[in-house]
Amino acid sequence: MSDWEPKIIAFFCNWCTYGAADLAGVSRLQYPPNIRVIRVPCSGRISTKFILSAFREGADGVWVSGCHPGDCHYIEGNYYARKKFLLFKNLMDHMGIEPGRLHFAWISSAESTKFQKIATEVCDSVKQAGPSIQFNKRAGLPAQAHLS
Amino acid sequence: MTLAEKRKLGSVLVVGAGVAGIQASLDMANSGFYVHLVDRSPSVGGIMAQLDKTFPTNDCAMCVISPFLVEVGRHLNIHVIPCSELERLDGEKGDFKATIVNHPRYIDTEKCTGCGQCRQVCPVVAINEFNCGLDLRKATYIPYPQAVPLAYAIDRNACIGCGMCEKVCLAGAVTYDDKTKITELEVGSVILAPGGEMYDPKEADSWSYSHPNVVTSLEFERILSASGPYRGHLMRPYDREEPEKIAWLQCVGSRDINRAKNSHCSSVCCMYAIKQTMIAKEHSAHELDTAIFYMDMRTYGKDFDKYYSRAKEERGVRFIRSRVHSIEPVENGNLRLRYVKESGESVEEIFNMVVLSVGFKPSSGVETIAKKLGLTLNEQHFFRTGDIRPVATSRDGVYVCGVSHGPKDIPQSVMEASAAASVATSDLSSARWSATRTPQLPPETDFSKMVPRIGVFVCNCGINIGGVADVPAIREYAKTLPHVVHVEDNLFTCSQDTQERMKQVIREKNINRVVVASCSPRTHEPLFQETIREAGLNKYLFEMANIRDQNTWVHKNNPDLATAKAKDLVRMAVAKAEYIEPLHQVKLDVKPAVLIVGGGVAGMEAALGAAEQGFQAYLVEKTDTLGGMAHQLRKTWQGEDIPAYLERLIKDVTNHSKIQIFLNTKPVHFTGTIGSFTTTLNDIHTGNPNGIIEHGAAILATGGREYRPEGYQYGNRPDVMTHLDLDQAMKDTPATVMNADTIVFIQCVGSRNSDRPYCSRVCCTHTLKNAIELKKIKPGMNIFVMYRDVRSYGFRESLYQEARALGVHFIRFDPENPPQMNIAENNILTITVTDHILQRPIVISPDLVVLAAAVLPNENKELFELFKVPVNAEGFLVEAHAKLRPVDFGSEGLFLAGLAHYPKSIDESIAQARAAVSRAVTIVSKDGIMVGGVVAAVNPDRCAVCCTCVRACPYGIPFIGNEGHAVIQQAECHGCGVCVSECPGKAITLQHFTDQQLIAKTRALFYQPAMNE
Repeated sequence: MSDWEPKIIAFFCNWCTYGAADLAGVSRLQYPPNIRVIRVPCSGRISTKFILSAFREGADGVWVSGCHPGDCHYIEGNYYARKKFLLFKNLMDHMGIEPGRLHFAWISSAESTKFQKIATEVCDSVKQAGPSIQFNKRAGLPAQAHLS
Repeated sequence: MTLAEKRKLGSVLVVGAGVAGIQASLDMANSGFYVHLVDRSPSVGGIMAQLDKTFPTNDCAMCVISPFLVEVGRHLNIHVIPCSELERLDGEKGDFKATIVNHPRYIDTEKCTGCGQCRQVCPVVAINEFNCGLDLRKATYIPYPQAVPLAYAIDRNACIGCGMCEKVCLAGAVTYDDKTKITELEVGSVILAPGGEMYDPKEADSWSYSHPNVVTSLEFERILSASGPYRGHLMRPYDREEPEKIAWLQCVGSRDINRAKNSHCSSVCCMYAIKQTMIAKEHSAHELDTAIFYMDMRTYGKDFDKYYSRAKEERGVRFIRSRVHSIEPVENGNLRLRYVKESGESVEEIFNMVVLSVGFKPSSGVETIAKKLGLTLNEQHFFRTGDIRPVATSRDGVYVCGVSHGPKDIPQSVMEASAAASVATSDLSSARWSATRTPQLPPETDFSKMVPRIGVFVCNCGINIGGVADVPAIREYAKTLPHVVHVEDNLFTCSQDTQERMKQVIREKNINRVVVASCSPRTHEPLFQETIREAGLNKYLFEMANIRDQNTWVHKNNPDLATAKAKDLVRMAVAKAEYIEPLHQVKLDVKPAVLIVGGGVAGMEAALGAAEQGFQAYLVEKTDTLGGMAHQLRKTWQGEDIPAYLERLIKDVTNHSKIQIFLNTKPVHFTGTIGSFTTTLNDIHTGNPNGIIEHGAAILATGGREYRPEGYQYGNRPDVMTHLDLDQAMKDTPATVMNADTIVFIQCVGSRNSDRPYCSRVCCTHTLKNAIELKKIKPGMNIFVMYRDVRSYGFRESLYQEARALGVHFIRFDPENPPQMNIAENNILTITVTDHILQRPIVISPDLVVLAAAVLPNENKELFELFKVPVNAEGFLVEAHAKLRPVDFGSEGLFLAGLAHYPKSIDESIAQARAAVSRAVTIVSKDGIMVGGVVAAVNPDRCAVCCTCVRACPYGIPFIGNEGHAVIQQAECHGCGVCVSECPGKAITLQHFTDQQLIAKTRALFYQPAMNE
C-alpha cells in the first residue's frame, strides 16, 4: 500500500484554471504527479455525469476548477457550475462519499502559486482517503483490468 | 500626379504594442489592412501586462489581455516587429515610407521555441524591469511567461558572453553577432501608441522613496500579482514582513507643479489606489488597515463611484483628504507620516508601508517621435490633439491613441485605439484587402466512413520533456494504443522542419487524426491545427496531451511518475481522438451596411465613419432633426466651436451618397445574426412602415439628456438654471447672465446620490469652463463653486488651475450637508453652505444659481428590448467587457456609442462613435462570416421545449423556433457549453467537447481496450 499513488481526474476550464496549471509549469512550481487534467471550455460545461463516471471508472479523486466568480470568460458560466456543484456535493455526501475525494476550487490564470497549493492539498487529501472502491465498477475485478 | 491618381497603400504602421496598439492593430488587420506593429521592447503587452487586477471589476489583467496577445502574435496580417523603433517618416498620407531601426535581440525569434533552456543555464542575473526591479532575472530572459512573441532575448548589458546559452540551445537560435538593422516599410497611414510611463519619485526627494518600504503603485501592483516577485504574497520589501498598515499617497508626480512640475491630473490613480486597497485586503491574512491620502477623489467613470463607496462603506478603507507633508523613516522599517486634517489638526501616524500613487507621464518615445515626425506636443509634453478630431495629430495621415496624448484608463485607450484604426483607414478604403495575405489551403479530405488512423507525435522540447520523462518509452507505449498507425518523437515538434515532416507523414500514411504530446494547447494548438489543415485534414481532427507545462515542468524530481503520467495523458488523448469528428464552418453572407440608431453627434459620426469606409449607412433618428444634445452646447473644453462643427457635420452626413437618413423613425422589428440583420423601420407618428433594411452590424447611439432638478426652486425662478440653461442664455440673452454680480454653481445636483450613484463626469469641467469665461468678461464678478470633489481629470486640470488663479471661490460640501437655498420674504435668494476650512456656515446672496444637473440616459426600453441589449440599474447600456470591449455588446454585431453608454464629453463621444465604426467594419468588410466549429448543436428529437437552455445561456442565444424545439444559431453561439450540461434531456451537444469524447478520456485513464476491440 505504501507505493500506492492515487489517480485524480481534474476538469479545468480553458481560460482560468487550465491557464494557472500552465503558468505553474512555466514557473516550475512542483506538485504531486497524481492529477490528470481534462480541459473544457468553461466550468459550466462540466456536467455532474462526468464526475460520476470518473468515480465509476476508478478515479480516486475528482477536482473541478474554473474562474473566480465574476471572472468567467463566458460572463456567468461558472455561476452555473458553482450552483450545480454545491448541490451535487450535498448529494455525494448523502451517498456516503468519503471526505477528501471531491474538490472544487476557483483559480484564475495568474494564480500559479494558489494552483500549486490546492493541487498539493487535493493530492494529499485523496491519498488520505485511500483507493476508491465504493463507486468503482471494476473494483474487485482481476488486476489486468486495471491500468496503473 | 493629380490627387485622384495618388497611390493608396493597404498597409499601416502602428508604433507601440501596449493595449492601445494591440487593439488598433487587430481592428485594422480584421478589416482588410496589413499591419506592421513596432515596439521598442522584446514583447507586446505594455503596462497592462504588468497589472495585477483591473478596476472596477477586479478582473485579472493578464487573464483578459492574454487572448489579445495571442491573437496579435498569430495573426496572418499583423507583422509584430519587437525591439524596434520608428526612425523617420517620409511621404504623405496614403503613401508613407517609414524607416525602422531594429535593435539586436541576439536570439532569432524565428528559431526560438521559447523552451527556456537558455535561461536555465545563464549564470548572470540582472534587474528584472518587468517586476519593477523588485527581483532579478537572468541575462537571457523573456519579460513574462505569456509574452508574445514567445521568444527569449539577451540583455547584452548584463551578458558576460560565456556562451552557455548558445551551447544548450538545440534550436540554434542564439546569435551573438546580431547587429542593428534598418528596414523600410511602405504604409498608407501611421498610428502612434507609444504609451506612457509612471512618474519616477526619485526625481524629487520629498517622499523618502529611497526607503525600501516606500514603493510606487506599479511596484505595488507587481507585489500583489500572483506572478510577481513575491508570488502574490503581500509583503513589504524591507524585511518581507506582512504589513498591517499601508498608506497610499495620491497625486505623486501629478497635479503638482512644485515638486514634480506636472500640472495635469493622471486620471487613473484614484481608481487604481482604491483597487489596490481592496486587493491588498483580500491578500492579507489579518485585518489590514488601508488609508488613502487624497485631494479630490476622482472616480468619474462608469461604476467608479459605486466602487469608491464599496471601498469606503463595506471594506473600511480610510479616505483622508489631506496632502501628507512629510514621510520620515522610523525604527523597524516603518514610516511616520505627518499631515494636517481638514479641521486644521496636525496628525502623526505610523505606517508599515507607503505606496506612492505615481502619475502618468508621456513615454520617453513621445518626444523623440514628435521630433522625428515633426509633431506638436502640448505643455505637458504629450502629443497635442483637439476635441473634434480627438485622434488626429498635427501631421496629416498620422494618428494617435492611448496615454501618449493624455493620461487615461484602459477602456478609454481601447476606445481611442479603435477610433484611430477607423480614422486611419477611412482614406485607404480603396486599398482594402490589397496588401493582406490569405492562406492557400488544399481541399479537405473526406474521412467519413473510414476507421480512425491516428498519428502520435511526442515532443522532447529540447530537454524540457525528454530531460525528465522517458520519451522513447512514451513513444513505444503509444504504438500499442488502439488505432495508432504512426508514432515518432521529435526534438521540437513545433519547429518548422517537423511541421513539414508532419504534413508529409499525414499524406503518406493516410493519417486522419493527429495527437501531439508536447506543451499546452493554449499556446500551440492553433499552430498544429494549421499544419494538419495544410495537409488536407480538417483542423478539428486534432488532440493534444500536455506533457510539459503540466507534467515534466512540475514533476522534475519524479521522472518515473512523470513518464507514467505522460503515458496516461497520451492514452487519454488518443481515446478522445478516436471520437473526434471534423467540424465544418459555414460561410454566411455579410450585408455591407451599418444601421445607426440615434442622430446625435455620436450617431452622425458613426454614420459618417461607416460611409467614409465605403459602406452604406442607415441613420435612424426619432425626432425631426439631427444633432441631439449638441445643439445646446457652445464650446468643447478646449474651446473649439461646437455649433460650427455641428453645422458642418449635419451637412456632411446629409450630403453623403452612402448615408440614408430616416427622421421621425423608429425600428420596430429586428432579426438576424452577425453579418446579416434585417430591421423594419416605422414612422414614429403614423406608425406606417418606411423601410425594411438589411445590414451587417448595428450601432446604438441613443444618447442622453440633462436631469431636470427637483428642489433649489428650479423651474420656479428665472435666476435658478441648469448648465444647459446657462449655455442657452449665454447664446441668446447674455445680458441676463452678465448683469449678475454674484453667481453660485452647485455641483452634483442629481448625481452621486442614492437615486443615481454615479458621477456625471462632464459637470465639473463645464462649470470651470463657464466660470473662467464669466470671470474673463467680468473680472469683478463673484463666482462660488460648491462642490464635493473637483473632477477635472487629465489636462482639464488646467481649467481648475486657471479658475482658481482668476479668483473663482471653491467651497466643498459634504453630501450629508448640501448647500441650502432660502427665499426671504422680499424674494431675496440666499445660499447657505458650511465651509470646511472655516468650519462654519457661509451665507451668500447670488444673483444667479447654476445647477450642475446630472446626465441621464434617454429612456428607450422598447428599443433596447428589441435589440436585446442590456441596461444597468441607471439605464445606461452595458458593454461586453468593461475593459477591453468598451464599444461592443455581448451580442455579436451590435455596438454602442455616446451618452447611452455613460456621461461623456463631446470629444469622448466622437472617439467612441469612430471606435464603434471600426468594430462594425471588422464585420461588414468581409465577404462572409465563418460560423460554427466549437458550438452547441440541438438534437430536435430529444428537445422537450423546457426552455432551460433559453434561461441558462449567458448570451441569451437559444430560442424556441417555429418547428417547436430549441434553436441555437451557430453564428451566435460562443461555445461555453453551459446549456449542454444544464439541458435535462441531453438534447444539446457541444461539438468537439461532447460527453462521449470527454468520458472516453476518463475511461481511458483506467481502462485500455485491446488493439482489436
